[in-house]
Amino acid sequence: MNVDLILFLILAVVAVATGLGMLLSRNAVYSALFLVLNFVTVAVFYLTLAAPFIAISQISVYAGAIMVLFLFVIMLLGTERLAPGKGLPWQRPLAVVLAFLLVAETVYLLVARTPAGGAIMQPGPAINSMDAIRELGSALFTQYLLPFEATSILLLVAMVGAIVLTKQEKGGRK
Amino acid sequence: MVPVNYYIILSAVLFTIGALGVLIRRNPLIIFMSVELMLNAANLAFVAFARATGDAAIGYRGQIFVFFVITVAAAEVAVGLALIVQIFRTKHSINVDNMNSLKG
Repeated sequence: MNVDLILFLILAVVAVATGLGMLLSRNAVYSALFLVLNFVTVAVFYLTLAAPFIAISQISVYAGAIMVLFLFVIMLLGTERLAPGKGLPWQRPLAVVLAFLLVAETVYLLVARTPAGGAIMQPGPAINSMDAIRELGSALFTQYLLPFEATSILLLVAMVGAIVLTKQEKGGRK
Repeated sequence: MVPVNYYIILSAVLFTIGALGVLIRRNPLIIFMSVELMLNAANLAFVAFARATGDAAIGYRGQIFVFFVITVAAAEVAVGLALIVQIFRTKHSINVDNMNSLKG
């Protein structure tokens, strides 16, 4: 059992545990904090997979910007806990059964049916992280320039949309 | 090295946790967080496959996909949270069971 595998198993346990913590917390703030830890764990996975730029983006965009937005909205609305409502009684057990079916199906299709030889990760090229970031940047600004620019339009539209949706109309529509 | 299969299994488990969250939680904020978790699981599979391929150019393409997915997720969260705030203003509740009419 090598060091990589031990590291992977520890991180995988943390990732699954924080995911379940997010799912099962009654308080939405705890859910958000569990999810931050989950995102950080996934960022460490990206580092072990030789994707340092994606790891840093993950930390700054997901764990930074998106989760701050979530916490802000949770605390703004004051909806950490919802009053227990009357849901459908059979919904939870059915959801759990379907989730087990989904994971069994996915693992069977993706893992059990792949040829054994093609599944082992190769050593891979270019471990040097600065080289990797340089290559990624040049690909992003040459071959993928059009999608990159389209992304800027998308972010602009999202920004304008968020402002328009939350703007209080003058005179108090209420 | 860790077999890429392990990453795929982990990705599938995380995705299922996210799907379960969408199905059983009644708080739309937590449903949103579950959607983020599912996007993250897909990203993890992308990066794992990008690493598993021997070709460096294809590997970078996988990472560029993840970059775009992160961007779209950020835009989606901004608009979605604005919608939730607006729904809370009109209905004074964000329980998804109460959102059963199109006109507030």
